[in-house]
Amino acid sequence: MAYALQQLINGLTLGAMYGLIAIGYTMVYGIIGMINFAHGDIFMVSAFIAVTAFTILAAADVTSIPLALTFVLIVSIFFTSAYGWAVERTAYRPLRGSTRLAPLISAIGMSIFLQNSVQLTQGARVKPIPPVLEGGIVLWDAPGFTVQIGWSQMLIIVTTVILMSAFTWMITQTPFGRQQRACEQDRTMASLLGVNVDRTISFTFMLGAALAAVAGVMVTVYYGVVDFFIGFLAGIKAFTAAVLGGIGSLPGAMLGGLLIGLIESFWAAYLWAEYKDVATFGILCLVLMLRPSGLLGRPEVEKV
Amino acid sequence: MSAVVFARHAMTPAERLRDAGWVAFVGLILGIPLVGLTTVDVGGRLGVETRFGLLAAAIAAVFAGRLLLRWAIDQARNRKQERDRASTATAADRAHGAQRVVNVLGWVALGASIALPIVFSDNRYVVDTATTVLIYVMLGWGLNVVVGLAGLLDLGYVAFYAVGAYSYALLSTQFGWSFWEALPVSGAMAATFGILLGYPILRLRGDYLAIVTLGFGEIIRIILVNWTEFSNGPNGISSIPRPSFFGLEFTRSAPEGSQTFAGFFGLEFSPMHRLIFLYYLILVLALLTHAFVSRLRKLPVGRAWEALREDEIACQAMGMNTTNIKLSAFAIGAMLGGFAGVFFAARQGFISPESFTFTESAIILAIVVLGGMGSQMGVVLAATLLVLIPEFGRNFAEYRMLLFGLAMVLIMVWRPGGLLSHREPTVRLNALDKAASTKEATR
Repeated sequence: MAYALQQLINGLTLGAMYGLIAIGYTMVYGIIGMINFAHGDIFMVSAFIAVTAFTILAAADVTSIPLALTFVLIVSIFFTSAYGWAVERTAYRPLRGSTRLAPLISAIGMSIFLQNSVQLTQGARVKPIPPVLEGGIVLWDAPGFTVQIGWSQMLIIVTTVILMSAFTWMITQTPFGRQQRACEQDRTMASLLGVNVDRTISFTFMLGAALAAVAGVMVTVYYGVVDFFIGFLAGIKAFTAAVLGGIGSLPGAMLGGLLIGLIESFWAAYLWAEYKDVATFGILCLVLMLRPSGLLGRPEVEKV
Repeated sequence: MSAVVFARHAMTPAERLRDAGWVAFVGLILGIPLVGLTTVDVGGRLGVETRFGLLAAAIAAVFAGRLLLRWAIDQARNRKQERDRASTATAADRAHGAQRVVNVLGWVALGASIALPIVFSDNRYVVDTATTVLIYVMLGWGLNVVVGLAGLLDLGYVAFYAVGAYSYALLSTQFGWSFWEALPVSGAMAATFGILLGYPILRLRGDYLAIVTLGFGEIIRIILVNWTEFSNGPNGISSIPRPSFFGLEFTRSAPEGSQTFAGFFGLEFSPMHRLIFLYYLILVLALLTHAFVSRLRKLPVGRAWEALREDEIACQAMGMNTTNIKLSAFAIGAMLGGFAGVFFAARQGFISPESFTFTESAIILAIVVLGGMGSQMGVVLAATLLVLIPEFGRNFAEYRMLLFGLAMVLIMVWRPGGLLSHREPTVRLNALDKAASTKEATR
């Protein structure tokens, strides 16, 4: 029982991070109808930026943890959004209105490019940072097993909840959110009504990248190690989360993320830890077979 | 495409400078965290190292490159306009001329590949590299059916390659099957996997296929690494039997009751015999693949693939069973990948999951994309290029994947057809078409 509770906490933490990345996939899919394969690598870039920023702070003897976290978050969000913008501008915008296959191939090329440029500039080795947030609260001191929620886990869950609320408010209430939703429904019509479609799409990419940046910082804080390959698996899992929740649906992405996180940690704890990635792919295939529109998505109708 | 490459008007120098400055500024922002700063291991802890010199050089290169690119684009645009005004040749004529050149090139390449081991009969390195090129050519042709003809993006092609390789490795080491017995079975095995994977997914939109195949490639690798009783895990399978020449072994001394290749033909034993035999073997396999695919393209199923690539909804409206058509392309592509895998296992004599990573899938995809989706000669050209580039030196090898990724983006943006583009339908109504094109030319 205590063990299961601990897995629940771990799963929620993992799920919150997948959810943050999944929103990037779902928003981009909603607005231009393509899978942004490079999104996982954007997340990886943000983790590297976070490592560099933490190391700079350590060298400058900054000891206040809230200050350090805020600084790292801002830096990481800024640079990662720039990456998100640049990727869209160079690799996807020229291909708008091209064949269906072209942006997908361009995206996969971008993903390979980002992965290898990070490997070349930052090195192929794993980068460890000293633990930022240690310890936590003991929730339940059961005999033989202690259930504990770490400070970093709390940070992740709380940040995700705050971000999600802010994000939902932004999409439902602000002018940008309205433009974004208008473009999602009908790009041509939106542009006829004076919405700057290009700018909205750029901003969507930056927003997705910013959320991925938060996830990147969280991963760095939580695990303490990053390498240039983390984007690949995280990307696939977050995409699975987006599909599970219903691609195009924002609450769906978050729900899917949480479910994938929970399934993964329970699978690893009770079944075969080495096959936990297989479990995620299995879910992806099952969802696509049984309910392609996901849990909260609407069925897609293709119009000519 | 033209909107990208050719600006609506030629730029003035001032505009070009401003444009290049803006690009350099973006490059600076992107470059600071990854190029300008790096973390290095300093006595067990990470320390930050600055590389602002390198960053400045990179930014300068970006600035100059952008300036040059803009200028070149304007030049190319002017030249194109002049050419269009001067010549009366239609696009169809030009495509026809290019096709003829490609055909001649194909025969030259065929002749060269047959002559190669005769000319370099004692150069192990050349024959080995050429064999690798041919493996990639075969893989490229296999994937070309899926990506180039049917327009389905398969990011886990290496999984079928792995299925073929492991099928042969297990059948031969566990059950003593020979190469020729195992070849069709392994191919069928790979095709079965293709059907099992494709059936649930191919009913959906194409994008899902990409991510599912990506996941599938990873699953196969994870299973191969972890299921040690089956695949011997990360250690791989070694001492896989080599193919023999109609029962004649390529060894120094033959086992009881059989003869060696060298002994039978009264030649002096040389390890090169086996290499040359393997080379011709893959050459024959690749040519068979080529013939097979070229025939298929002219059959109804091949034409259906091309139609599906162009417009799926129209195909459905015409009453075509799109799922089955896609499935056939997917299964045939998988089978060809399986054949290549069998040859790979037989040639190496040792396989491990390390040979079947995502990078490999990406390389094969890059070959198809760079060569021009649907173009058989383009695949040969791209495969040769991609295998030879890293041979030029370690530096090239390091930058290889970086350049592949970049090339995939640039090709899509600049020339979605690939180096040798072939988006023309394979079959067309000839009489009608000729009449139309001559009319256009005389006008």
